[in-house]
Amino acid sequence: MDIVISDILNVPLSPMELVCPAGNLPALRAAIDNGADAVYIGFRNNTNARNFPGLNFSANEVASGVAYAGERGKKVFLAINTYPYPHYWQESIETIDTAADLGVDVMILADIGLMEYASTHHPYLRLHLSVQGSATNRHAIDFYYRNFGIKRAVVPRVLSLTQVRRLIKASPVEIEVFGYGSLCVMVEGRCSLSSYVTGKSPNSAGVCSPAEAVRWVEGSNSRDVYLNNVLINRYHEGEPAAYPTLCKGRFEVDGEVFHSLEEPASLNVLEILPQLVRSGAAAIKVEGRQRSRAYVARVTRTLRAALDTCLQDPERFQASQEWVAALNEMSEGTCHTLGAYDRPWQ
Amino acid sequence: MKISIGPIQYFWPRKQVFDFYDKMRDSAADIFYLGETVCSKRRELKLEDWLEIAERLSDSGKEVVLSTLTLLEAESEQGVLKRIVTNGRYKVEANDMAAVRLLTANSGHLQNPAFVAGHSINIYNGQTLNYLAARGASRWVVPAEHDQKAITALQQARPDGMETELLVFGRLPLAFSARCFSARAARRPKDDCGFVCRQDAGGKTLMTQDHNPFLVLNGIQIQSAATQNLLWHADEISEMGIDIARISPQIEGMQKIIATARGIFDGELGKESGLSAISRFQAHGGCDGYWRKTAGMDAMEPNRLIG
Repeated sequence: MDIVISDILNVPLSPMELVCPAGNLPALRAAIDNGADAVYIGFRNNTNARNFPGLNFSANEVASGVAYAGERGKKVFLAINTYPYPHYWQESIETIDTAADLGVDVMILADIGLMEYASTHHPYLRLHLSVQGSATNRHAIDFYYRNFGIKRAVVPRVLSLTQVRRLIKASPVEIEVFGYGSLCVMVEGRCSLSSYVTGKSPNSAGVCSPAEAVRWVEGSNSRDVYLNNVLINRYHEGEPAAYPTLCKGRFEVDGEVFHSLEEPASLNVLEILPQLVRSGAAAIKVEGRQRSRAYVARVTRTLRAALDTCLQDPERFQASQEWVAALNEMSEGTCHTLGAYDRPWQ
Repeated sequence: MKISIGPIQYFWPRKQVFDFYDKMRDSAADIFYLGETVCSKRRELKLEDWLEIAERLSDSGKEVVLSTLTLLEAESEQGVLKRIVTNGRYKVEANDMAAVRLLTANSGHLQNPAFVAGHSINIYNGQTLNYLAARGASRWVVPAEHDQKAITALQQARPDGMETELLVFGRLPLAFSARCFSARAARRPKDDCGFVCRQDAGGKTLMTQDHNPFLVLNGIQIQSAATQNLLWHADEISEMGIDIARISPQIEGMQKIIATARGIFDGELGKESGLSAISRFQAHGGCDGYWRKTAGMDAMEPNRLIG
């Protein structure tokens, strides 16, 4: 990892928000109780990019969540980050209206049409550009800033640490970066792999590699996993099996079978936390609205402790074994990576 | 129906690119999209070279559009983008919102240049389409995963003067990443990729473990292994008022594919005989699932699409 002068000089630190996921009310409470500055949630409909069965919030639950967070000085971000086709348009704008009425602190949007609607109908509502908006550079972010007055952009998991730093300097708005969780290896908002195989994608349906398309087949000495009849992975005896996300399967290229796109590892920025804090990132985001309350509680607690320690004395910050172990245990494939932040990964 | 040739997705040597467009000058294609849209490290051709090709195609009566990069991260990439956007002569296809931002720099009394919103600009509803139209978009390329019903609804919502372009023949652009998959397959780091993607003029095929061609690795881009072929649906495409049928460049059979598409859209060529004549140019078969609102990889009429 390269070192820049601002990492060494004693530049005052801006507080970096810890933004945690919640798929239901208990998870939201767990995130707040364990130190999240903000929790992001979605409605239980087609309007968000984690539209899994049994997940997400009704209007009443959003109201309870907003009250719970508000009483403790914390925030609730509402994500409406699918791209609505015309037949979902009405549902999407009604969801925006409802969320605005319920007093959510922030609306996270990706679609240009919805951005226009929200910024004209709810001019005082704070807007963040979703990671699904695929904005990886200052001009793209500037488009949403100039036209819709966004206050923050969540950047796709494709930039190196150096690129993140430069973007934060050049961006007209705050930048939120991913810190922990499943690693999306593609530019979010520009990946149709899931719909190519199953007909459903994050953009259109809020799902990736949906569970209903997954089929496990037990062989004599292997377990095969299919996504809509495409063989995604083949596990041999004793091999741990992960959720069959399409891009984390094993395929054959030039006669060799390997994780051709990405290993099933989790993103974890613990070891570059001081650099991220120094970079001026406004917030660090945890992936995983589909995760359990216990997962959210443990990840939030660990990252809160790490972030507090880092903010006190970034020069001497060292990731404790306890944090590393806790986060690794929660990881996909129980290992972690810096992903695109680390240039050699690319 | 106009026929367009999308930007070359693969990394072809300079001479091959010049030869390709030289041969295209007397083809039945009407519109050409020029430029590197996948990887900024591919610098066989400079902007000046693309402009030279543009000039020759223009002289042959073709419309030329300059296409921009899909994933912009470095400042240097944005410098090139600025030069394309301000070229002053040719229309620009924006493949990232950065290009849209630069193309819509003027607000108020100054007119923005007309531009094309490329397939990676996420236009999923009429509000988005109209918003961009009001800022200068005069044409949009339908994103890969839209189905016929959604496209029909968008056609009804489109403002006057907006043209719609649809990929009717070619591998689907499915994903982009920071990671270079061609370099990864060659066990090379991206920063020392050795331009391995140049060795595969049609990308590198990724197979499932039961040996079915599934995807194609093309640098930081992932394509379908199957060729999307919507020519079987040519009548519906015409009836819906789609203006431009796009063909994505490939090494094999371009002249024949263009002539077939022209013949089918003009009603001078039977779909059955036309499609079976070009089925051999679909290296790993055809697909039309997105159009029919099913998995994109599906093919309704395997015998007809694949031949």
